[in-house]
Amino acid sequence: MDAKQRNEAYNNYVKAKIPKTRPWPTLFYSFLVGGIICCLGQGINDLILLWFPNMAQQTAWGYTLIILIFLASFLTGIGVYDKIGKFAGGGSIVPITGFSNSITSPALEFKHEGIIYGLCVKMFTIAGPVIVSGVVASVLVGIIYLFI
Amino acid sequence: MYYLWVFLIGGFVCMLGQVLIIKSNITSARILVTFVLVGVALEAFGLFDYISEFARAGINVPIVGFGASLAKGAIGAVRAKGLIGAFTGGLEATAGGIAAAFVFAFIFGLIFKSKTIN
Repeated sequence: MDAKQRNEAYNNYVKAKIPKTRPWPTLFYSFLVGGIICCLGQGINDLILLWFPNMAQQTAWGYTLIILIFLASFLTGIGVYDKIGKFAGGGSIVPITGFSNSITSPALEFKHEGIIYGLCVKMFTIAGPVIVSGVVASVLVGIIYLFI
Repeated sequence: MYYLWVFLIGGFVCMLGQVLIIKSNITSARILVTFVLVGVALEAFGLFDYISEFARAGINVPIVGFGASLAKGAIGAVRAKGLIGAFTGGLEATAGGIAAAFVFAFIFGLIFKSKTIN
């Protein structure tokens, strides 16, 4: 059996073993969970503006996002967020809570490799590309706006 | 009753992420990168504020809002300070969220143990 044949056989084997996920329930759950997280954010934002009526809307959003990031990080720490993620899929990845989860989760997982080379380095496995691509794109947009 | 809009639009954006996962099996890092770039583009073409007006948290809580505030910071700083603004503005506008994510990840990373290994 040459390499090509072997790879094909292996791919078929993997395809047979991967659990079949039905798309419709995951679409529904991602919609539901994503909507709930956004409503939670809106609720926190409204409460902040209720308690501090003089705060600027932009500042209130900042606090809202920080609270959501805190909650997601904590829920990741106690292992709840990953359970939500198992059935919610995109609903738990796309909100800012998913960004927080993607930083905390590898930090926890690679802690045993040390604080510097484990925790601090692996924190950026997903956050790194996200921040780098976002910053590069925003600098380009800024430079374009300089000329128009 | 703007919570209904928040729920519907927020849910719809997250469902688009799930559609991407089903259609192309991409990893969560690529989904986040895609949505951040979409947010930057929306803000660059000036569309984000129109959506944000009635969608509120529905578009600000998804990572699209993070991309939009990066672009908004860069554009605002370019108008105020010139070229240096393009480099300082984006991170300045999103520094709170990024710093919070690092700090909480560091603290909870030290406190809690991984659930997947044991």
